[in-house]
Amino acid sequence: MYPDPRVDSFINESFIPARFHVKTHPEAMARFGADWTPTILILDSEGHERHRIEGFLPNDDFLAQLHLGLAHAAFTAGKFEQAAERFEKIVRDLPATDAAPEAQYWAGVARYKASNDGAALKATADAFRERYGDSTWAKKASIWAS
Amino acid sequence: MAIPWRDDADRALGEAKDSGKPLLLDFTAAPM
Repeated sequence: MYPDPRVDSFINESFIPARFHVKTHPEAMARFGADWTPTILILDSEGHERHRIEGFLPNDDFLAQLHLGLAHAAFTAGKFEQAAERFEKIVRDLPATDAAPEAQYWAGVARYKASNDGAALKATADAFRERYGDSTWAKKASIWAS
Repeated sequence: MAIPWRDDADRALGEAKDSGKPLLLDFTAAPM
């Protein structure tokens, strides 16, 4: 059980959960390349790694990272509308987390992939002028401005 | 609600494939 019940609920709703202890399941750690604890891996339903969280995070940041992993899994499955909604939910509901600027970037990419309309990318670059302007993700989105 | 953790990676992978749900793997050193 995690200290924040929102985390337990989200995991139960969204994932098939498996847990391995470093002492009793070293083979699982080696198999999935987990060299440190805590490590969380999010794999898509085909078993491909889509997101990795290494080290402790406070509750909101951890929850945001789990949402980010779920959104990336949808994105790589080609479910771009669903992915965009999930990325946007992070920005809306957990805006102060480190995951939020990354989510804002990928929300724009997912909207673009869903629509093939470059306006989605420009709107994302504009959004970074309003928020998260000092982030690495703002730099990555800056190419879409103008 | 308690999380129903699996401890068999292959079984969990099969379950994920059958259900279409992503898989969350938690590697820990904390007491279980």
